[in-house]
Amino acid sequence: MSSKTNQSILGRLRTSATALRENKVLRRIFRTKTGLIGASITIGLVMVAIFAPEIAPYDPIEQNYGSVNQAPSLSHPFGTDRFGRDIFSRVIYGSRYALGLGVGIVAIQVLIGVPLGLIAGYYGGHIEAAIMRLVDITLAIPGIVLALAIAGMLGGGLVPLIVALAGVGWRGFARLVRGDVKSVMEEEYIEAANAAAVSDVRIMLRHILPNASASIIVYATLTLPSVILQTAALSFLGLGIQAPAPEWGAIIEAGRGQLATEWWISTFPGFAIMIVVIGFNALGDSLRDALDPKQSRPF
Amino acid sequence: MLKYVIRRLLVMIPVLLGVTVLITLLINLSPGDPARAALGAQADAQAVANLRQEIGLDQPVYIRYIEWVAGVLQGDLGTSIVTGEPVNQMIMERLPATLELSIVAIAITFVIALPLGVISAVRQYTWMDTGSMVFAIFWLSMPSFWLGLILILLFSVELGITPISGRSGTIFTVEWLSYLALPAFAIGARRAGLLTRLTRSSMLEIINEEYIRTAKGKGIGGRAVIYTHAMKNAMIPIATLVGLQIPMVLSGSVIIEYVFSWPGIGRLLVDSVSRRDYPVVQGIVLVYAVIVLFANLIVDIAYTQFDPRVTYD
Repeated sequence: MSSKTNQSILGRLRTSATALRENKVLRRIFRTKTGLIGASITIGLVMVAIFAPEIAPYDPIEQNYGSVNQAPSLSHPFGTDRFGRDIFSRVIYGSRYALGLGVGIVAIQVLIGVPLGLIAGYYGGHIEAAIMRLVDITLAIPGIVLALAIAGMLGGGLVPLIVALAGVGWRGFARLVRGDVKSVMEEEYIEAANAAAVSDVRIMLRHILPNASASIIVYATLTLPSVILQTAALSFLGLGIQAPAPEWGAIIEAGRGQLATEWWISTFPGFAIMIVVIGFNALGDSLRDALDPKQSRPF
Repeated sequence: MLKYVIRRLLVMIPVLLGVTVLITLLINLSPGDPARAALGAQADAQAVANLRQEIGLDQPVYIRYIEWVAGVLQGDLGTSIVTGEPVNQMIMERLPATLELSIVAIAITFVIALPLGVISAVRQYTWMDTGSMVFAIFWLSMPSFWLGLILILLFSVELGITPISGRSGTIFTVEWLSYLALPAFAIGARRAGLLTRLTRSSMLEIINEEYIRTAKGKGIGGRAVIYTHAMKNAMIPIATLVGLQIPMVLSGSVIIEYVFSWPGIGRLLVDSVSRRDYPVVQGIVLVYAVIVLFANLIVDIAYTQFDPRVTYD
């Protein structure tokens, strides 16, 4: 047998092994009740966000003075606000903000935190000290206080919201990855790679990062619900997504003044947030159990 | 021990200096002119220029930083550019309200979470365990500001048993409690959800240890094992959680103070941020950092008290 066929067989074997493992993870998730709930809610949210125009019966922003402040009914299941907008349609479209901003902001946190954690853990010494001091300093300020100060000082709106939440969340990833790197640095294969003059970047990406990938995935999944809650909170305070955009926190804020009379405006978006947060928490928990990296949840 | 405390206090200095640098950078990154923002768009250019000079905005950043830190070291946080009041006074007037709310919120957190967490660990896989975990997930998934609004809707608007917002009454009276109960619960509920889960896993780890099995093997009754052997060890990680709760509860109190018009520093922060009153924002962020750092120190000291194996020198 030529070495070429050997390699291709080996390659195919490896792919099927990975597929089997991934399959096993998926199966493990779907076997538990928590995993089933989490996966269903997540898939549901993605579907609602994609098909929002098909699901929503009305335009989420267009005002309609013929149907102002109506209580929930068959034609408006969640009622209408003082501009006659259908709350159900607004909540449906709000899923796009929750999913898009949530995933986007967590991705930015990963892109900042993971490299910093890798560098800190790999090089150690002064570089590590500098990065970890920065983490310590930001950790001294409570998350929402820092986010509020950043978003507020930048003037509020979409970009300040993203900067604020990414600026608060990266530190968790940096800490996590640094810990994982430290735990594999003494391994023989790292030493071997070093001896073989493999470049630092290659060692970090090829040999160290894969060890941390499971815990990064779990941590990211469990960070997502917190980011969704923080996005809604900043928008509620008027520093995130601004009305009339149908962001859940912004809808709740808009209905706040009418709480005693038109309770439905603020109530329904809150349930939407809750369901989505329960979904991602459940998915993250079952992912952790399936991948079993020994780590605690972010909180 | 004393040596350890002193060393920790010394380590705090560079961290706090870092915080002051971070705050100053943050304030100076902000677009727009705080003087213009304070006076409003209608104010004439001369008035704005005067205010800029008065609050030192015409100076370079590093001069303003040095002056601010020099002031802070003498216990002077500057003056508000909106009201002209000293920042110290504004914070000191409101800090007791925030501390009161936070302490009661932490108490609520523990009163709910500890028993539930312990019960669900001891009765693992029974309906009590499932019930506690469902309860925990329910509370921790709720946005606290929304819970605040729902509580107002139920208890203030519909039932009329609590005031809608504000703070009033002398401490430990019914009136005091009626104002405090809803905001404290709104903060504590989410934290209780998280803490219930953590208490459960911490207890489970201990219960499965060998010495617990040994104690049971020696014929010590189940309850005694749980309360004398397991609880004491489970308290160690939980003690750190008390400290970790402090920044979390302070975070939570910011938005809840806003929802309930609670006159604390959280609400002052939200107001000052929207008015671009940066000396007040600077001062409040610094106060939060000091509280968090001291809370961490107290946790580490408490650690030695719970666990004789941990010593610092």
